[in-house]
Amino acid sequence: MLTVENLHVYYGAIHAIQGISFSVRQGEIVTLIGANGAGKSTILKTISGLLRPRGGKIILEGEEISTLAPHQIVARGISQVPEGRRVFPELSVMENLELGAYQRKGKEHMDELKRVFTLFPRLKERRNQRAGTLSGGEQQMLAIGRGLMAKPRLLLLDEPSMGLAPLLVKEIFSIIREINAAGTTILLVEQNANMALSIAQTGYVLETGEIALSGPAGELTRNEEVRKAYLGL
Amino acid sequence: MSQLLQQLVNGLSLGSIYALIALGYTMVYGIIRLINFAHGDIYMVGAFVGYFALRGGLPLPFAFFLAMIIPALFGLVIEFFAYRPLRNAPRIAALITAIGVSLFLENLGILVLSPDPRPFPQVLPDKSIISYGDVNVSLTQFLMIVITLALMVLLTLFVHYTKTGKAMRAVSQDREAAQLMGININRIISVTFVIGSALAGAAGVLVGLYIPRIEPLMGVMYGLKAFVAAVIGGIGIIPGAMLGGVLMGLAETLVTGFLASTWRDAIAFGLLILILLIKPSGIFGTSSRTKV
Ligand SMILES: Nc1ncnc2c1ncn2[C@@H]1O[C@H](COP(=O)(O)OP(=O)(O)OP(=O)(O)O)[C@@H](O)[C@H]1O
Ligand SMILES: [Mg+2]
Repeated sequence: MLTVENLHVYYGAIHAIQGISFSVRQGEIVTLIGANGAGKSTILKTISGLLRPRGGKIILEGEEISTLAPHQIVARGISQVPEGRRVFPELSVMENLELGAYQRKGKEHMDELKRVFTLFPRLKERRNQRAGTLSGGEQQMLAIGRGLMAKPRLLLLDEPSMGLAPLLVKEIFSIIREINAAGTTILLVEQNANMALSIAQTGYVLETGEIALSGPAGELTRNEEVRKAYLGL
Repeated sequence: MSQLLQQLVNGLSLGSIYALIALGYTMVYGIIRLINFAHGDIYMVGAFVGYFALRGGLPLPFAFFLAMIIPALFGLVIEFFAYRPLRNAPRIAALITAIGVSLFLENLGILVLSPDPRPFPQVLPDKSIISYGDVNVSLTQFLMIVITLALMVLLTLFVHYTKTGKAMRAVSQDREAAQLMGININRIISVTFVIGSALAGAAGVLVGLYIPRIEPLMGVMYGLKAFVAAVIGGIGIIPGAMLGGVLMGLAETLVTGFLASTWRDAIAFGLLILILLIKPSGIFGTSSRTKV
């Protein structure tokens, strides 16, 4: 579905992504794991069009998308739930969700709204509350819900477990699995390698802008290096 | 007492002008963090469009309409050619460009229209429609206040209840996240310039009817004061611009009415210094709301 080929991304003179290639197949959960500063967010921002690569290709179902603007990429079915949630703090929960469906016409998004409220009943209770006043966990639910409102075919998730209590992390991950089971392909970026590998089919280990290891998630979980470096075993 | 009331009426009328112009400063700042120095000159364009339309014999409502549309086009074009190419440049570059655009419009005005003030066609009968003792509200003042109020209500409804309005608020709160929602930010920025410029154009005609003299440099002082009004209310915050503008108008007329008219321009900057000392983020500003 999505193929990234030999991607190079710079911040000024900093060579943040140094020739990365990977692919995501339809229906899969693929995870990119790596330490702080490895370049995970940079990759997602580049896929979403917020950053322009200096080299390489990003191909979505045969179409090169790395030259498109962010709104055109959303139109092609890719949504991103950014790192740190980035909900619109002064807008209500409902308005945040509506903006997630910005490109959809009229009442088309009503089905998604129902679905989001089923996945996150808490959001329904708080739909008129300002997003900035939600707790961290609720904001993460809102960020995911907002991402789903676009009815994406590919959902990019940037560290959804960040700053959440273990119980909440479990809940969020089971919801991610549910979203995937309902047909949305997922590219999941995580530092919490344990959780990420437990729900993904394929994993890539990122180290300072390059892919160090890759393979089926189960194999990575058993890999000695991964166990030492990322799973704390 | 009646003198005070009369000054309040006058202050409210003048304040509507400042508020209409201040809205454009604040909306543009809210969206792209740019102080659009050319905004005062857009207001001048509005006044001249109204002038020529009325001189050409168009009825007032139509002249008013044109005086909103044409400045809106100016705003659209200026944003597209002057500011858009600098979207990712350091902010100072856009700021200097804004000063350049302002000087360009002013000098173009002087060249094409001559620097001499012109009498604005007085198409409204000079009568008061509300009289209470010695207090009079002229038809012009009444229209200024009512039209300004109506435009403010429309703007507020637009920003809160339309899809584009919500997108505007989203862009001003977090541009990157807004892009991830699929919002075409260039389009939203254009809409912001169009609305802000149209409001300034409306102010231009109202001022022409009120003060009855217009000239190519009229935007300089009004623009500056409206900008101060926006800062007083809290730059980037729409109700702040409305309140700041009205306060500015009231302060100015009260000071000229009761102290001395020579203080007229000093009051704006006195207010600015005061607010910067007491609450630098403005009346409606929250200090935590440091815009990224
Ligand atoms: N705006 C920026 N300007 C300059 N350098 C940046 C910028 N953003 C990120 N970098 C650098 O690029 C590298 C990759 O950053 P990135 O944010 O992609 O890492 P990450 O893997 O997402 O880390 P984390 O797990 O902490 O979110 C880092 O070395 C970082 O310092
Ligand atoms: Mg990151």
